[in-house]
Amino acid sequence: MTTYIIRRLLWVIVLLFFVSFITFMIFYLFPSADPAALRAGRQPNPELVEQIRHQLGLDKPWYVQYVDYMKGVFLHFDLGYSYQNNISVKTQIFQRLPATISLALGAAVVWLVIGIAVGTISAVRRRSLFDRVSMTGALVGISAPVYWLGLLALYLFANDIGRFKIFPGSGSYVPISQDPAKWFTSLIVPWFVLAAAFAAFYARLLRSNLIDVMSEDYIRTARAKGLSERRVVLRHGIRSAITPIVTAAGLDIGILLGGAILTESVFNIPGIGRLAFDSIQNSDLPMIQGTVLFGAFFIVMANLIVDILYAFIDPRVRY
Amino acid sequence: MSPLLEVRDLRVHFDTEDGVVKAVDGVSFTLEKGKVLGIVGESGSGKSVTMLTVMGLSRASNARIGGEALFEGRNLLEASNEELRSVRGNDISMIFQDPLSSLHPFYKVGAQLVEAIQAHQNLSRAQARERAIEFLGLVGIPDPRARFDNYPHEFSGGMRQRAMIAMALVNEPQLLIADEPTTALDVTVQAQILELIGRLKDELGMAVIMITHDLGVVAEVTDDIAVMYAGRIVEEAATDELFHAPEHPYTWGLLQSIPRLDRPRDEPLVPIPGRPPSLINLPGGCSFHPRCPYVREAHRRIEPKLAPVPDSPKHRVACLLESETRKRLWQDLNAGKEPVEARADVMEGEEVT
Repeated sequence: MTTYIIRRLLWVIVLLFFVSFITFMIFYLFPSADPAALRAGRQPNPELVEQIRHQLGLDKPWYVQYVDYMKGVFLHFDLGYSYQNNISVKTQIFQRLPATISLALGAAVVWLVIGIAVGTISAVRRRSLFDRVSMTGALVGISAPVYWLGLLALYLFANDIGRFKIFPGSGSYVPISQDPAKWFTSLIVPWFVLAAAFAAFYARLLRSNLIDVMSEDYIRTARAKGLSERRVVLRHGIRSAITPIVTAAGLDIGILLGGAILTESVFNIPGIGRLAFDSIQNSDLPMIQGTVLFGAFFIVMANLIVDILYAFIDPRVRY
Repeated sequence: MSPLLEVRDLRVHFDTEDGVVKAVDGVSFTLEKGKVLGIVGESGSGKSVTMLTVMGLSRASNARIGGEALFEGRNLLEASNEELRSVRGNDISMIFQDPLSSLHPFYKVGAQLVEAIQAHQNLSRAQARERAIEFLGLVGIPDPRARFDNYPHEFSGGMRQRAMIAMALVNEPQLLIADEPTTALDVTVQAQILELIGRLKDELGMAVIMITHDLGVVAEVTDDIAVMYAGRIVEEAATDELFHAPEHPYTWGLLQSIPRLDRPRDEPLVPIPGRPPSLINLPGGCSFHPRCPYVREAHRRIEPKLAPVPDSPKHRVACLLESETRKRLWQDLNAGKEPVEARADVMEGEEVT
């Protein structure tokens, strides 16, 4: 198990190396704009642009720039400085991280609770009214784009522009360290909006899994033992049907920790997703690299954690 | 003494998109305390559904169940789910064909036994654990204390079936239903498991219903045998009598298709021609008639009733041939004749249909 984890961690490094290289190459091969010119402001004179280009090291060949960057990352865990405002990328990302974590984990709680509850009831009461209504709803939830759902939620419930002024609107995010109550209320709508598609997907996933599991021989055994139907479903059925949910949840949370770009944008939450979006618009390579590396890191770590968790969930799995 | 289990005219029909599947269509039998009954038949003959229905495990929304299943005088078919729950695993236990898929892969074997115990007995975890270990030992699992913490995949096939048996017996039921308990096992292990069931039956004084497609399996352990075909019992008799004086052409077919030690070794095995009928469109008349070598025109219209054989009231058969004809046919078959020859000999002059 330990050697397995070490081997996987080494792979994480190799993978991040590839990701950074590809991001770098994309930036160089398909430049969106000249970072130096953007930095120089309106109507810059050529000398100033050249000077900035030199300051940022953009006049060096691309491979030298890449090696310099990677040296910084590997030797000092230094992700460089923004082309835009010279702020340390690392500092900026860590500043933005709490908002993204709040959004992702809160949404995960919402979608897991709803998805598992709805999926279970739908599976047990198959073809009932509840099943039909919730599965139709799930289809809508999966199909609805998150930005549309977000705008709809704001239009309906935001306390500034909404029809029913119930929840705080866009841009109301407050860090938990400042005011936990406001933090919570400001995130309620974003949590549900972000969770909607996931909850729908998880409900469908669990429903179909649980229906399959309930026809397994060991479920018949559990009933033959004289267990209550409740115990048969909860202890024997869900225990097996939940395994793909754990995998999916691990990966989805990993992806979201790298930034929920659309949700963060709609609700104006200063998270990693917003940061990535803004830095792409500004051709701010170090910031792009930083957010991409962070996102990739969360995804590969989530993969690793899921694989390790699997060994605990399913005793037949050994590494 | 009233019988332990009395099944009367049991019918289990499933409504499906293709039509009504008559899985069980009027099955009756009785089982005395401490006796072993074998239910024999091909796949789809209704033998498993019969017993699952008795346990209340075939209650689906599309199932229509009729008749009676009296367990100690109580009709289980009318029992509430809660009443049935207290019977299952407590008074009546069941073991299944494939012990690997029948044990939950994510729970330790011991924990699954403890769960069965605590479902019916008011024991603490520690007491239940001791009892589970005791039963794991009873079924011949070596070092049961250590094995208690193993997962099913860490057991061999035979060990798993032993563990299943232990789990079925922890509450000392009066009836054990074994549904093809040896089909998924190696031949050597099969014998051990049958021997184990026979021994535990005596030790715990329980009755056993052994469901199988293999007459060879039930020959040693059963007191009586019921042969099922297309959802009905076509013949039932004491085991000895069924093997030595079988009355139904289907039973003859079954007997001739298994190797026997008391027959010449070069005697060919004769498979039963054709396939089991569709349970949605049962053939009219005797449902075995499309595969029966001795069929007469009238057999396609008249339904045979399960009736006692003249000189042996406990031996019952559902066949339209006359008793005398059946005796002579079996004599011919027993002498090594092919079914066609036997027919020509005994039913001479009758038109072959």
